[in-house]
Amino acid sequence: MKPILIRALKKPITAVLLAIAVGFIIGAITLALGGFNPGRGFSLLFTGVFSSSRRMMQVLVNAVPIVMTGLAVSFASRTGLFNIGADGQFIMGQVTGAILGYYVPMPAIIHPLFILVSAFAIGGIYGSFAAWLKNRFGIHEVISTIMLNWIAYYFMNFVVNMKSVKVPGSQHSPEILDTAKITFFSREFRTTAEGEAFLAKYPWLESVVRTDAGYAIIIMLLMTLALWVILKYTRIGFELRAVGYNFYAAEFSAMPVRRNALLSMFIAGGTAALGGAMLVMSTSHFISMLGATEGYGWDGISVALIAGNHPIGCLFAGLLYSGLKLGGTEIQSRLGAPTEIINIMIGVLVLCIAFAPALPRLAERLERKVEA
Amino acid sequence: MKKRLFSLILVLALLLTFVVACAPKEETPDGKSVALITDLGGVNDESFNQSAWNGMKQLEEDGFKISFVESEKEADYAVNLTNKTEEGNDLIWGIGFLMEEAMVNAAKEHKEQMFAVVDVGFEEGAYSNLVGAMFHSEESSFLVGYIAGHMTETDHVGFILGMEGDVMFRFQYGYLAGVAYAAKELGKDIRVDAVTIDTFGDTAKGKATATKMYSDGADIVYHAAGQAGSGAITAAKEMGKWAIGVDLDQNELAPDNVLTSALKNVDQAVYQISKRVLAGEDVGGKTFFLGLKEGGVGIAPSSDKHVPKDILDKTDAIEKLIIAGDISVPITQAEFDAFKADLG
Amino acid sequence: MEQVNNSALAVEMSGISKSFGSFKALDNVDFSVRKGTIHALLGENGAGKSTLMKILYGLYTKDSGEIRIKGEPCEIKNPKQAIGQGIGMVHQHFMLVENMTIAENIVLGNEVTKSFDRLDQELMNRTILEFGEQYGLEVDPEALIMDVSVATQQRVEILKALYRDADILILDEPTAVLTPQEIDSLILTMRRLVEAGKTVIIITHKLKEIMASSDYCTIIRRGRVIDTVKVQDVTEKDLANMMVGREVMLTTDKEEAKPGEVIMEIRNLTVKDNRGLEKVRDLSLTVRKGEILAIAGVDGNGQTELIEALTGLRKTENGEILVNGRHIENGLPLDAHRAGIRTIHEDRHKRGLVLDFQVGENLILESYKRSRFSGLFRFLSWRKINDYSNNQIDRFDIRPAGCAMQKAKELSGGNQQKVIIARTVEQEPDLLLACQPTRGLDVGAIEFVRNALVEQRDQGRAVLLISYELDEVFDLADRINVIYNGQIVADLLPQETDEQAIGLLMAGGTA
Repeated sequence: MKPILIRALKKPITAVLLAIAVGFIIGAITLALGGFNPGRGFSLLFTGVFSSSRRMMQVLVNAVPIVMTGLAVSFASRTGLFNIGADGQFIMGQVTGAILGYYVPMPAIIHPLFILVSAFAIGGIYGSFAAWLKNRFGIHEVISTIMLNWIAYYFMNFVVNMKSVKVPGSQHSPEILDTAKITFFSREFRTTAEGEAFLAKYPWLESVVRTDAGYAIIIMLLMTLALWVILKYTRIGFELRAVGYNFYAAEFSAMPVRRNALLSMFIAGGTAALGGAMLVMSTSHFISMLGATEGYGWDGISVALIAGNHPIGCLFAGLLYSGLKLGGTEIQSRLGAPTEIINIMIGVLVLCIAFAPALPRLAERLERKVEA
Repeated sequence: MKKRLFSLILVLALLLTFVVACAPKEETPDGKSVALITDLGGVNDESFNQSAWNGMKQLEEDGFKISFVESEKEADYAVNLTNKTEEGNDLIWGIGFLMEEAMVNAAKEHKEQMFAVVDVGFEEGAYSNLVGAMFHSEESSFLVGYIAGHMTETDHVGFILGMEGDVMFRFQYGYLAGVAYAAKELGKDIRVDAVTIDTFGDTAKGKATATKMYSDGADIVYHAAGQAGSGAITAAKEMGKWAIGVDLDQNELAPDNVLTSALKNVDQAVYQISKRVLAGEDVGGKTFFLGLKEGGVGIAPSSDKHVPKDILDKTDAIEKLIIAGDISVPITQAEFDAFKADLG
Repeated sequence: MEQVNNSALAVEMSGISKSFGSFKALDNVDFSVRKGTIHALLGENGAGKSTLMKILYGLYTKDSGEIRIKGEPCEIKNPKQAIGQGIGMVHQHFMLVENMTIAENIVLGNEVTKSFDRLDQELMNRTILEFGEQYGLEVDPEALIMDVSVATQQRVEILKALYRDADILILDEPTAVLTPQEIDSLILTMRRLVEAGKTVIIITHKLKEIMASSDYCTIIRRGRVIDTVKVQDVTEKDLANMMVGREVMLTTDKEEAKPGEVIMEIRNLTVKDNRGLEKVRDLSLTVRKGEILAIAGVDGNGQTELIEALTGLRKTENGEILVNGRHIENGLPLDAHRAGIRTIHEDRHKRGLVLDFQVGENLILESYKRSRFSGLFRFLSWRKINDYSNNQIDRFDIRPAGCAMQKAKELSGGNQQKVIIARTVEQEPDLLLACQPTRGLDVGAIEFVRNALVEQRDQGRAVLLISYELDEVFDLADRINVIYNGQIVADLLPQETDEQAIGLLMAGGTA
């Protein structure tokens, strides 16, 4: 019995599952300390996610931006760069989406493709700027990307605030053209009689019609797959991983380490920006003046951490994260518990997962005790 | 491998049944229920969201069921609205004009649900299930303008406007009219510098603008510029001048330098409009303006700290005149011009 | 070993076992050291000799077994208790404070103070000088650690232990960093210590030094004691065989070299280090096909900078490097590769391997672009890479067998070096730079590496060997260049010189 337990402890996935469990337990304790019934809290957490197909789809929709920033962080991490700048890159994508979505009229299909490619390029350049600073001046990417986050944030506010952009009497840019939107069904469709008739006819499509589900989900899946393939099956990916694990050995093996840092941050920045553009194109439809960044990039760091920097892992970590958030809203809505409790739970989760590598060692110690 | 997958599915299935079985049945409340969805601030933001939540708590005391959801991101507005709709509330509040689009979309999508939104006005009857709550900010601005007119020693005051727009001009012309009214009473000319800074967020800009006004000779500056306006208060503190706060009692930001504040009582709006909706009154499609009469606006209670009693008494008298309709406060340039002409 | 009275034993460890996870590092080890002797602990890397000594010094706790010091049973849980028992240890990596004086380092933690807590500098210095005279450990107490040589630092470490009243001294691989002359001097010191009634235990895998210094030798292999022998009764070869567990060759068999055309020519090369000091000064040398040119020298005489200049990691100030007629000075690592240079770097872990990569990935680290490793759409084909890796692992006897999917960091040092050699040799370089290729390896692995280098030479390739160990230089070189202070001070044939002469040149003397 005991050896099985110890062997299980040594598997990395056990560590993650255990971390999730500990996160839940501490979440329960926090709930109880706040005077809320933890059992009811958790049942709300689950019903908040699983009680309807629309909610489950919503989890998927909400996961898109944070999976994208998660991918951006983990891809850079795999190549040895700590990309704190996913937030700024994401914002650059939002700006690109909002501006090109409104000011550059184009036929359907081409319009979104054009925006996505542009957003990827702009975010990529923005990301690789940090790598260039590192190559050229030795400025650490953590410092430069944090600064670039602020620059992006203020840039967005500046753009929104321009007389020619801001919708009078509002705090946001004009709504993007319909051709630029990438949801499967338009938002208006739900509100029309035609939409209601459609829903009555195909009730199983409710989750798609009544959420912002769209091509963003497919693009997210493709990006996840693409980044995984790049890392695992291409020569460039091989170089990037080598640089990530051991810069010096990669340099010594005649790999173009500096060019690769640029490339890695280009791909990472582009991925984050794609997330930002897709958020505008499927959900928000414009960008607003904000008092603080919405923190999609910071969520991405947590997602990447939970995922152990694995692209496929980011997909699941993003779903978990967005599920917890949505379920957490339900705890707040029905129990009146502050969102902070959910945030504490997610925080503990990330902390536990950061601690997870110690688990196999712990298992070894246990093993020796058992043997003794 | 297959076996493992199977057992995994089995465990998941068990877990789900467990959760579903455990989920306690939602008690259907006899009383009616109201829900609040905050903008990015959250219910403890010491600003509108919190004020709105205070109004909700008043409803709770009256026996209604209340709940709230905080929006962490703009994208959450629509989702939270849909979730709250599914919960079956009698009324759902959205706080702040940032939520305008989300509220309109929700109202269109969920035609059976009643919504209300603070700080947004609609064309009468545009959406049959959406109520707007606006404020006669010009009335409170008139009062603080009146106080400023009486208190200025340099006969020179300032005004900082965050953004242009119909709603925002109410502050400006109310204030200008109040100052003019006081000047007329005192029989002198008072100069007003009014500047629009095109931002609600840039504190530094607010501060720079106010500093300029003070060094030009103004000794009182009123701001209607949100976060950016707190910079004006900082400037007053640093230069030892008066500032007038807006929306909330901002005296605590600079207790020795905030003369008074033009309040916007969001809690009153939430409370009063909710009561009418819950009483079954058909107010859908209407936009309510709350002024001095309804307690929707006013001047801060802390005004007595710095404003002499005689001036406060006069201000009370002016308030009564406005409530009675004897003074009609202008909200546009044209109305203001007419107002001035009337004053003579 | 003959039975001796317990009171004659300084250290007596019996039935010691220690496991790390499922790995049994020590298995029921008995180890006794007589008072007043020099006792060598011999074993391959990972045999458990350091682990045993760390248990004695309280750095590890044993799982089972007993320890007696001078006949008294005792539990040693930490170094402090070990010091209390009169045990001192000089580690392989010194633990000195660089910017403090020798005297301060020695007394650190045991300061002698006058009134008001002032250091009694004079008394400190006197004590240190007395010790020095007694044991042949002369040092200048006032000198800063950062200004003195490695050999002096080692003396400081020994003095530190003696100052704490150690009478059982453990030296962990003490000769790894020393020149031949310094080694002789160390052996002399050890003798004097023993004469003064102290007991010395040295951990080493160098057979020659054991023969020269020790009275007894205990051989450990894979966590078990093989035997304890009186050194005067055995030969070097006996010790080697016991250590490895099979017949080994201590010298590499090789035919006469047949040097061909010049492959690399370095002319008047000057290279600065990171601090801007000229470490390679006006250095010239040539390497020919089919020969092994060894550069002998003490660490820090410009070897590192020379290698970095040759491999495109460091800019040169002056001079030319011509490889196959191509200039590669001030190039990138890629230029060195294109010119036909491959390198076995002295720092396996930093430059040689990606430790978190699998063995297979490390095997293709420099050749991943070859079409033989890609399949459809030029994507990497892991099937092909694994086939290739398994093949190489078999050919070069990299253990554990079939380790293609294991991470490189899980391999022993010798097997890691085999991975590098397999990778390097496979690329058939014109010039092979081998920098300390056997550093930290045990006899078996050393034998393998040296044979591989000779084989490269025999295939008509050039090998430039940089080594700090004269044994290795004499074993492999067809020609020896001595480097001192950034310059080649002698170009000799091994048969025309000897270790003493080279040792002198290495230390800046003239032959």
